[in-house]
Amino acid sequence: MTTNLECLPPVSGGEFEYSYKAEITNVYPLTRMEKLYQIQLVDPMERERFIFRPGQFVMLELPGIGEAPFSITSSPVRHGDLELCIRAVGNMTMFLDRVGRGTRVGISGPFGTHFPVERMEGEDVLLIAGGLGIAPLRSPILSVLETRSRYGQVDIIYGARRPSELLFDYEYAMWRQFDVGLDIIVDREEPGWQGPVGLITEILKERIAKGQSDRFRERTSAIVCGPPVMFRFVCDLLIAAQVPVEKIFVSLERRMHCGRGKCCRCNIGSTYTCLDGPVFDYWSVLNLKEAI
Amino acid sequence: MLFKVFAASELSRLFEILSVNRIVGPVKKGEDQHGRSLYDFDVVHDIAELHLDYGQTIHSAKNYFLPYRENLCTFTFQDEGSGDGGDWHKEVDYGVYAPLVLFGLHPCDINALNKLDKVLLGGRYPNPFYGEKRANMFIVGHSCSPQPFCFCKSMGTDSAIRGFDLFLTRMDDLYFAEILSPRAFHLLEQIDCHDPDSREHHRYMDLMEAKEALYVAHVDTSDLTKILDLEFQASVWQEWGQKCLSCGTCAQVCPTCYCYGVEEQVDMDFTRAHKEKRLYSCNLLDFAAVAGGHNFRPESHTRLKYRYYHKHRGFVEAFEESLCVGCGRCGQSCLAHITVPEVIASVRASKEEHDDD
Repeated sequence: MTTNLECLPPVSGGEFEYSYKAEITNVYPLTRMEKLYQIQLVDPMERERFIFRPGQFVMLELPGIGEAPFSITSSPVRHGDLELCIRAVGNMTMFLDRVGRGTRVGISGPFGTHFPVERMEGEDVLLIAGGLGIAPLRSPILSVLETRSRYGQVDIIYGARRPSELLFDYEYAMWRQFDVGLDIIVDREEPGWQGPVGLITEILKERIAKGQSDRFRERTSAIVCGPPVMFRFVCDLLIAAQVPVEKIFVSLERRMHCGRGKCCRCNIGSTYTCLDGPVFDYWSVLNLKEAI
Repeated sequence: MLFKVFAASELSRLFEILSVNRIVGPVKKGEDQHGRSLYDFDVVHDIAELHLDYGQTIHSAKNYFLPYRENLCTFTFQDEGSGDGGDWHKEVDYGVYAPLVLFGLHPCDINALNKLDKVLLGGRYPNPFYGEKRANMFIVGHSCSPQPFCFCKSMGTDSAIRGFDLFLTRMDDLYFAEILSPRAFHLLEQIDCHDPDSREHHRYMDLMEAKEALYVAHVDTSDLTKILDLEFQASVWQEWGQKCLSCGTCAQVCPTCYCYGVEEQVDMDFTRAHKEKRLYSCNLLDFAAVAGGHNFRPESHTRLKYRYYHKHRGFVEAFEESLCVGCGRCGQSCLAHITVPEVIASVRASKEEHDDD
């Protein structure tokens, strides 16, 4: 007699490779390198149920080309009618740069932690973005503006390399209408630029000098995103201004191949950027070697 | 736990009963330059091919639960030719249609599976590709004789207390069997075996005691998570980094290295595309490189250090146990002769170097 071991029915986890069918409904060129993609989940039910928080990301899949993580740049109130701000810089994004309206893509997520704007209600909010870091920050910016009366003073500080590389410049006037301090600085001047030139830390120093230390200590939260080199300089200034480390939030970028804590590519210490991040409070960052 | 004892000659009967299933076990692959046998896990058709007395296999049995290459999904393109408006259909197949018998795993490799279960089957997104294979696995463990490079004793993985169906310990002319599943229990009902008497209990315990003395390699893991944090900037990392070839061999042979990358290819006729998972290694240059050119770990030593931090610190913080099982394969196959006991000892010794200053 032999023992034929039976094959068991599939285990749960069918959603692991599930992606929502989505369509690129519009593409807006923002600068030479970046475009804003409007991507809508095709199924109306799925679109409605797609609930995310500002700072979370999705995996965008182009069948046959690749899959990569992108922060959602639209407001959470839009649910599965998403906007992604994408720079054409790698294999997949270069391909994306050439596709147009009507392209069917895959979206999975939302993944990761978010900027806890709900916990910042009643407080001053300082949003600091460098370069493409404005993409993940636009979602909390819009979220705060939509419920503006619930927050104290709101300031946005945004630095870009050149004036022509400023993203979402058509929206600045609208942001300002919500009683928001918006300071923009560029590294390099270009003809027609009348704003300040220099590093983002200079503007931040000015903003801190204008503020009161007890407000920074007791009722200020900061949201920071930018290139890897920016975090330490900006966060050190915030800490010096007495903003508590646990109220400074950063969004970190890492290479990801799954978004679900399984490929281990985004691992930092005992955490996965896809599960425990991309939004970390600065206390966690201080506890993680090589996080920034 | 239930125990049974059967004569060594009954093993072929046991194998025969299981042999209608696909069986993977240690087989001899050749010899090295010193005439020593080289073993690896492969499909076994005949018990004569099974070398249960193997010291250690070159690779772990990973390819059978975390294949080096695995298809994650297949896309079929529709309305081909309608430009950007073309649609597609995504199909996912976990590819498990038959159970697999892993015959002759040592405790280190069984513990490796237990550790992988924690990260791959836990959390919000259990991995069904791995889960399907795990659910359809019948594991027959086998006792080992510690090799000079084995440091499983230090990692607490020298014996397996769960994660197998049946565990066989060779006691000369007898097998001492530990039974963990009803399937294994019914299997043993079909061969000639009996409950062990007290004399056999003691024989088993004496054997386990004798095994302890055979360990040569050791790793001191006391306070290791803290020491690794404190010695993050230690110069020894750079010295090891200079030796490391960043080839990724250690991850290939490791029973617990699970990281991967995903690549997609389109069929030549543009009708279908495949998304393929390929096991990767954190020592490879572009492991942490992101689009736009930034590499979070550009130097060899930062990647080697990361490997140790993940195994011996990050995983410990997350799961209260190390991800390393002390099988010693990485050190055996490393072209630069980098071994875990030496690296950990050198990091611990950084302290003494400072003291000498």
